Amino acid sequence: MSPSDIIPLLPIIAPAVTAVAILLIIGSGRNHALAATLSLVGLAAGFVPLCGMSATASTRVASLLTLDGYALFFAGLILAASFVVVLLSHGYLQRRERQPEEFYVLLLIATAGAVVLATSSHFVSFFLGLEALTVSLYTLIAYERQGRNSIEAGVKYLILAAVSAAFLLFGMALIYAEFGTMEFSRIAEAWSAHGGSLLAPAGMAMIIVGVGFKLALAPFHMWTPDVYQGAPAPATAFLATVSKAAVFAVLLRYFAALGAAEGGSLRIVLTLTAILSMFTGNLLALMQASVKRILAYSSIAHSGYLLIALLAARAYAPLAASYYLLAYVVTTLGAWGVVAALSNKDGDADSLEDYRGLAWRRPWLSGVLTAMLFSLAGIPLTAGFVGKFYLLTAGVAGRMWLLVIMLVVNSAIGLYYYVRIIVAMYSQPRPGPAEPPTAAKSSPAASMALAGLLFVLIWFGVYPGPLIGLLQSLAGNLH
Amino acid sequence: MILTWCILIPFAAGVLAWLLARRSATACRWISLLAPAASFGLALWAGAHGATQRPVPWIPDWGVSFSLAMDGVSLVMVLLTDFLSILAVAASWRGIQERVGFFHFNLMWVTAAITGGFLAMDLFLFYVFWEVMLVPLYFLIVLWGHERRVYAAIKFFIFTQASGLLMLVGILGLYFIHARVAGVYTFEYRELLNTPMSSSAALWLFLAFFAAFAVKLPAVPVHTWLPDAHSEAPTAGSVILAGLVLKVGAYGLLRFAVPLFPGAAAALSPYIMTLAVIGILYGALLAFGQRDLKRLVAYTSVSHMGFVLLGIFAWNATALNGVVAVMVAHGVSTGALFILVGQLYERVHTHDMNRMGGLWETAPRLGGFTLFFALASLGLPGTANFVGEFLVLLGTYRVSIALAAVGALGLVAAVIYALWIVQRVFHGPNRERWRFSDLTPRETAIAAVLVAAVLWLGLYPATLLRTVGPTLQQSLPNQREISPLELTPVESKAQRLDRAPGVGRERVMSAAAGRGGTP
Repeated sequence: MSPSDIIPLLPIIAPAVTAVAILLIIGSGRNHALAATLSLVGLAAGFVPLCGMSATASTRVASLLTLDGYALFFAGLILAASFVVVLLSHGYLQRRERQPEEFYVLLLIATAGAVVLATSSHFVSFFLGLEALTVSLYTLIAYERQGRNSIEAGVKYLILAAVSAAFLLFGMALIYAEFGTMEFSRIAEAWSAHGGSLLAPAGMAMIIVGVGFKLALAPFHMWTPDVYQGAPAPATAFLATVSKAAVFAVLLRYFAALGAAEGGSLRIVLTLTAILSMFTGNLLALMQASVKRILAYSSIAHSGYLLIALLAARAYAPLAASYYLLAYVVTTLGAWGVVAALSNKDGDADSLEDYRGLAWRRPWLSGVLTAMLFSLAGIPLTAGFVGKFYLLTAGVAGRMWLLVIMLVVNSAIGLYYYVRIIVAMYSQPRPGPAEPPTAAKSSPAASMALAGLLFVLIWFGVYPGPLIGLLQSLAGNLH
Repeated sequence: MILTWCILIPFAAGVLAWLLARRSATACRWISLLAPAASFGLALWAGAHGATQRPVPWIPDWGVSFSLAMDGVSLVMVLLTDFLSILAVAASWRGIQERVGFFHFNLMWVTAAITGGFLAMDLFLFYVFWEVMLVPLYFLIVLWGHERRVYAAIKFFIFTQASGLLMLVGILGLYFIHARVAGVYTFEYRELLNTPMSSSAALWLFLAFFAAFAVKLPAVPVHTWLPDAHSEAPTAGSVILAGLVLKVGAYGLLRFAVPLFPGAAAALSPYIMTLAVIGILYGALLAFGQRDLKRLVAYTSVSHMGFVLLGIFAWNATALNGVVAVMVAHGVSTGALFILVGQLYERVHTHDMNRMGGLWETAPRLGGFTLFFALASLGLPGTANFVGEFLVLLGTYRVSIALAAVGALGLVAAVIYALWIVQRVFHGPNRERWRFSDLTPRETAIAAVLVAAVLWLGLYPATLLRTVGPTLQQSLPNQREISPLELTPVESKAQRLDRAPGVGRERVMSAAAGRGGTP
């Protein structure tokens, strides 16, 4: 293997090597700051070579991985998001955990898995990446060993993810049985060439079930609120962004290859799933008194919105999905980052009451959260608006009027609970205990990360032109 | 660039005011007072010298450009915006003592966004301004409002946001239809005009636009956010809402909805005009059922905006001139009423009219000004409101005598509620023995400026009508209408024929339809 073969794989190799390195260092002596710094270096080392790679060339690695522009974009997104999660974790773990170093090891392994997933074009790499990601997530979610909620969330995620993985495997096996290949492109060829028996659609359905679990699509969303609420806030940030983006990346690639071959029934299923997810997420979020649960339900709804991009016309699907995912990742990281920054050593800042009057105690953090919530709601001048606009464009271009109207209706419903959090933050604090329920100071790393996210959020919201150009050059050549 | 500055100055002033407020609240107030004044001056200059501005590409991949333009109607609306914004700042000089910086930040941003809405020539840009004005308004209501502010603010936000998204879908539909026909992806209004499309497509797209504007206007039955939002907002918020935000809805209909889809607008106009007349009467009826003074004033807005809707869909030069006059007059006089109600509230801390009465003795200046604006609101000749409503009814008469007749009943109802305000608040026994100081010089000055504006526009409306006349005439190219300024006592036979109800109506609508190239 020559160096030129290694460089494209650096986004996967660098985090993995760093994880091993940190493990070795922990063996000789614990140092939190060192572990965090090393993780940042590892993630950056994975990110930098991406900038040098050609967007148009498509490198294939042993038919398992495809490194085209589209994969580069998602690999970059995943690495950058992990970078931010590390920045957010440091202060949080410093306050909360006695042994925080392993958190980074798990985070790096999960990141490597996510990158594999995003670049995979083969069932084997699809599954390997997914498992590397998921197994690390079990532990990340249950990282807070003293807390009951965290353990409960971990066990819940373990069981449901294992079941969904079983569905996924079964589905893959059925499709392999039908066509005798596990490469996406070959499956598509075989499928469109001579159709298939009942095995192929059955396998497809099972894959959808498995992926639906990961993306928290209704009706496979039951785990989401509990896990999001129980997990430590940085782990949730990772779960809600990196894990979702990676799974969606592979789904989009898979669907782009097979969508045309499969025909109509899949579209109907996905349309129904999208509508169901939007309504489930938004309607259930209305009734929550916990900010973490509201954000969890909102992420279910956003998965539903994302499916619109998936279903959209071919010319728009990759672009709309990439932009929306990017906006969603930035926004979600920001929102969970604020939750993490507010959490003190006793517990995460969770109930709406904790946020009451926040704007007068912590104006900067509440300002960031306000911007993030407006972005989730799709108000202009934020990245979320441009993302939603892209979705609407894709929907209108594809003449999917039902989904477009559902998106409009759900945006209106969603606005209510986002605004509820904002109202709580800006209302007068209750006279009560002198001790505020939230942390008094956030770490400089977290503040820096949040400032960066806010800047990106507004930049992509106000002047999205360059980013759209970049996406067109990267994601445009998905097929 | 002047037009860009008209928008940028308040934006920047908002940020500056926020930053300065920690040091000195007075500096913050002065900046907020001067910024709209500067913007006002610039707009006036641009109006006098003409302001053309080349569109700057904003998101070229989508064909979005930062495209602004000003004609007579937008000039008048921008001037109104800055004028009311100055008065809103002045009216809050004493009343707002908490979080002064953020208050003025919001006030400036809403001013800037509304100005942008009146100047935008790119539909995407218009939508962005349309949405951006919601957020600061939401904060104004939720932070400085009265008891039920949270409910009112959320209701207002959701109503306008949901309907705004429908408009966005409509914009996108038009965008793609235009692209299919012309092969160019653009949101530029002037290019999207006269896009040929099937009549059913036009109907749906028109309805999407109409939904947004009807909510904002508001038209019955989607007006329910208005009384809540207006009565719970702080004085400055109510002034901005009643004076300006509603006008954006009217402006949107006038500028976008009808000209873009003339055929659909003509087809639906009988229904919409009926809705408008219902709004006029319903708003007036509910107004005099209120105990809450601020709510009463809010309901009068529903009634007045009915006239605007009626006039727009009558779509002839007379009515449209009237529409702009009503918009300006309502902005000034209702803004004034809200300011006076706010000043009263600062003294008695209630809006409940049952607890008021006999206040004239203790505050004759307040009473006098209220009486004046109540009379303006009922459309007394000599005030701007009379000019507007009269022209609207005149224009409507040519289209439908029945609707004009029923709509005119709204004027009668207005007399009742307007005098009712004065009667219940200032006359009768002073049961609660209120004693408070009359208007201060600052408050008197604000009211006096507003009186002058109403009288000037009422006694000499030519300035206003000459400014907007050519623009309106342009949007009716096939009309052989006489502008109201040139109404001559002697009419030719042909003109008399034109004004026969049935014939006139057909002509108006076929002329409107002809411009759109609707098959």
